[in-house]
Amino acid sequence: MHNKTIAELIQGLRNKEFTSRELTQHYLDRIERLDSNYNSFITVTKDSALAQADAADQRLAAGEAPDLCGIPIAHKDIFCTDGVRTSCGSKMLENFVPPYNATVVENYLAQGAVMLGKTNMDEFAMGSSNETSYFGAVKNPWNTDCVPGGSSGGSAACVAAQLAPAATATDTGGSIRQPAALCGLTGLKPTYGRVSRWGMIAFASSLDQAGPMTRTAEDAAIMLNAMASFDSKDSTCIEHDVPDYTAELNNSLDGLTIGVPAEYFGEGLNPAIATAVNAAIETYKKLGATIKEITLPHTDLSVPAYYVIAPAECSANLSRFDGVRYGHRCEDPKDLNDLYCRSRAEGFGDEVKRRILVGAYALSSGYYDAYYSKAQKVRRLIKQDFVDAFDPAKAGVDIILGPTTPDPAFAFGAKSADPVAMYLEDIYTIATNLAGLPAMSLPCGLIESENGELPVGLQLIGNYFDEARLLNVAHQFQQVTDFHQHTPPGIA
Amino acid sequence: MEWETVIGLEVHVQLNTATKIFSGASTAFGAEPNTQACAIDLAMPGTLPVVNAEAYRKAVMFGLAIDAGIAKRSVFDRKNYFYPDLPKGYQTTQLDIPIVGPGHIDLQLGEGKTKRVRIHHAHLEEDAGKSLHEDFHGMSGIDLNRAGTPLIEVVSEPDMNNSVEAVAFAKQLHSIVTSIGICDGKMAQGSMRFDVNISVRPKGQEELGTRTETKNLNSFKFMEEAIALEVERQIDILEDGGSIAQETRLYNSDAKTSKSMRSKEEANDYRYFPCPDLLPVEIDDDFIEAVRKQLPELPAERQARFVDTYKLSEYDASLLSASADLAHFFEAAASSDAKLAANWVMGEVSARLNADDKAIAESPVTGDMLGDMIARLKDNTISSKQAKQVFEGMWKGEGNADAVIEKRGLKQVSDTGALEGMVDAVLAANAAMVEDYKNTDESKRKKKLGGFMGQIMKASKGQANPQMINQILMKKLNELV
Repeated sequence: MHNKTIAELIQGLRNKEFTSRELTQHYLDRIERLDSNYNSFITVTKDSALAQADAADQRLAAGEAPDLCGIPIAHKDIFCTDGVRTSCGSKMLENFVPPYNATVVENYLAQGAVMLGKTNMDEFAMGSSNETSYFGAVKNPWNTDCVPGGSSGGSAACVAAQLAPAATATDTGGSIRQPAALCGLTGLKPTYGRVSRWGMIAFASSLDQAGPMTRTAEDAAIMLNAMASFDSKDSTCIEHDVPDYTAELNNSLDGLTIGVPAEYFGEGLNPAIATAVNAAIETYKKLGATIKEITLPHTDLSVPAYYVIAPAECSANLSRFDGVRYGHRCEDPKDLNDLYCRSRAEGFGDEVKRRILVGAYALSSGYYDAYYSKAQKVRRLIKQDFVDAFDPAKAGVDIILGPTTPDPAFAFGAKSADPVAMYLEDIYTIATNLAGLPAMSLPCGLIESENGELPVGLQLIGNYFDEARLLNVAHQFQQVTDFHQHTPPGIA
Repeated sequence: MEWETVIGLEVHVQLNTATKIFSGASTAFGAEPNTQACAIDLAMPGTLPVVNAEAYRKAVMFGLAIDAGIAKRSVFDRKNYFYPDLPKGYQTTQLDIPIVGPGHIDLQLGEGKTKRVRIHHAHLEEDAGKSLHEDFHGMSGIDLNRAGTPLIEVVSEPDMNNSVEAVAFAKQLHSIVTSIGICDGKMAQGSMRFDVNISVRPKGQEELGTRTETKNLNSFKFMEEAIALEVERQIDILEDGGSIAQETRLYNSDAKTSKSMRSKEEANDYRYFPCPDLLPVEIDDDFIEAVRKQLPELPAERQARFVDTYKLSEYDASLLSASADLAHFFEAAASSDAKLAANWVMGEVSARLNADDKAIAESPVTGDMLGDMIARLKDNTISSKQAKQVFEGMWKGEGNADAVIEKRGLKQVSDTGALEGMVDAVLAANAAMVEDYKNTDESKRKKKLGGFMGQIMKASKGQANPQMINQILMKKLNELV
């Protein structure tokens, strides 16, 4: 059962090949048996999962059940779950049990989806390797000496290892797409404002966006159908119709114009990845697409701008973790200052502290204009690059294509001592967060590396709210290639 | 040396919305600690703010009431600092683009003197919770019921030169916000709180002196005291050759002292930046005009109307129009005689309210009840003296004027026959006084009437109509002369 896609599982449930309880039990058994190899779950919610499965079976039996009814999924531990510990990968929230659900969680509950548990992640979603989690690093199912990417590394590893058919994830600078690329999965970051942020623990509010981690574009479309909604509890959520994202999957790509930015193929890109991406371009030509070279001239400013804006926002967003109302509190504080200093010093890991410090510095009196203000100006320039690329009066492309990451999965410790090397992992993904655009990563090859044969990702970037087309373009690729069907060694 | 004081005010005005500025929790005062703080107010992880449109509308009302520019696009910022009663670790406020731009408030300082105080701007923000430092055995208690209550902070230019002007400004501001119904005006509950910036300079000097800020004054009286104390303190220091430290001070209203809270050097770097959880709020002319149409009568307009309609003096009109509640009370009472009603409201009614420490809205005698009583005065059912007893009865809850008159038997006797009988009886019983009257020089006889009046009123148990008695008595005595 575990090698089936969600689309196949939906059919299986309806054809009574298995019940949701059987399916759920099967995944729970796999998690119990195999997850010690990957550490992809922080919390497994066995009892509630089986109860939800039973409820789903009743709904299925009654007929008219929503698509995802009875389908087990995992939630990144950044989404608040009513009555279930939500740690955000941090000691700070090691024992935090929210009394409310994130809207994303609520949307899947309403569909009757079954929650298997909460997946591991970089602490507060800050990291590109999952090495910053307080609950230990997640291992890449393709090579357990390698990182799965981050911050949604647990969501990626559990889907790649087939411990869950799909998982929710979040993407602030590449945190869905980069682990999807490193684990051979399909990951989608929707348009900023497409999915509610309510109950999703904030890292950088203007960049954070939830999306699905799946094995195919079709599964991503099914997952997004449930995930996307307008939510009046999130002021940045945009009121925009939610189409059926599966409806356009089979559209022909005839007449499609794909832009390929020169800046995404420069120095620093692993040649084997360049070869895989170029092969994908040839595939798209065969599918009827026109390829157009374009330029996104401010690309090289995206990492520096991001590493001012994201830390600035996080420095304020994480102030609420002060040991006063919930979360970690130090033993026997001798006064208020001691309470703050020790609770935060003990509760946060190094990368989180680094970003809070950088952010507070960038916002401080005398530096605001030089850093925060300038970064916001750069952000507008980066956004304008994309607007021009999609503008029919200018470059006029429909989709932008490039690599997701400069390298395949790397070994534990390879970049953890050098924050800048780690930050460059997201060099191709960050700009779309700054612009608020939807983007996805899908497998486009297996390459030989020093760590063995590893998957690499193709990134597709769409115009605002053009997720249906993105998914169509990804799905068509997956109709003529089988990279998404490759599974890590030992998983079948 | 002669000194000049320069004062500017920052006033926190709590808006009387039903719910908080960024959450749906109630803003009602006086609930059990931490029972009116929802997940958003507690800054639980993953929670997000949504602007309360009503708070926004009320801020626009205020802007229109002080003739200020309204920002069609305003932005919320985060002001970062750590304090246990600030759950998010930042206050959501407005820094660069506040909702209300420059405006002004005109003060009436008595004897026809007026002064215009410019308003620099007013911005929307959320209130913090309360830290309670007593009763927790050396620890502090946190009550987050107030956290997230909508405020407008009104920032004046330093246009006031003494405590009289500052208090007049504060009272006028109170009058405006209560008249337009955006604040309940309950100072004791912290609905309005004043921060006073004070500096002194040698008279004639252009450059401003170094200022101090005395924070969180919540009564006009404390404000007046604190200003006097601070002006004296600054002048003393300067006259002794010292210099003023720029600092924030706290006034202790019990001890009548003030102390430094923090110096400029200790001031926080608040690291303001636009709140990424809230989009800029955009409004158009239609919205502003719709709010303008709903704007109730402003105190200054009401004052002019009181002079015009009720023929009150400027002074009486300004007192009675100051608060919406008082003005409504007066207008209800003024149905039969506005001048009498004005006298009663400013006299007996305010005296009783002061004595019982009650607000006009809590008065047991309503404006309508007072108006009915005044009608009984006008139609001679009761005398002025009896009116005081009737008022007393109404205050004590004995019912409306007619009920009290009935119950206490206070009806004035105005029946000519009955009154003539009373006069005759008193004259017959006091032959010596009548004799004395006759022998008195005509020009001084008037003074002798009082004795007879007293006797008659006593005999009638105070119920005789004094004007009629006076006439009958004069007539009868003159017949005897």
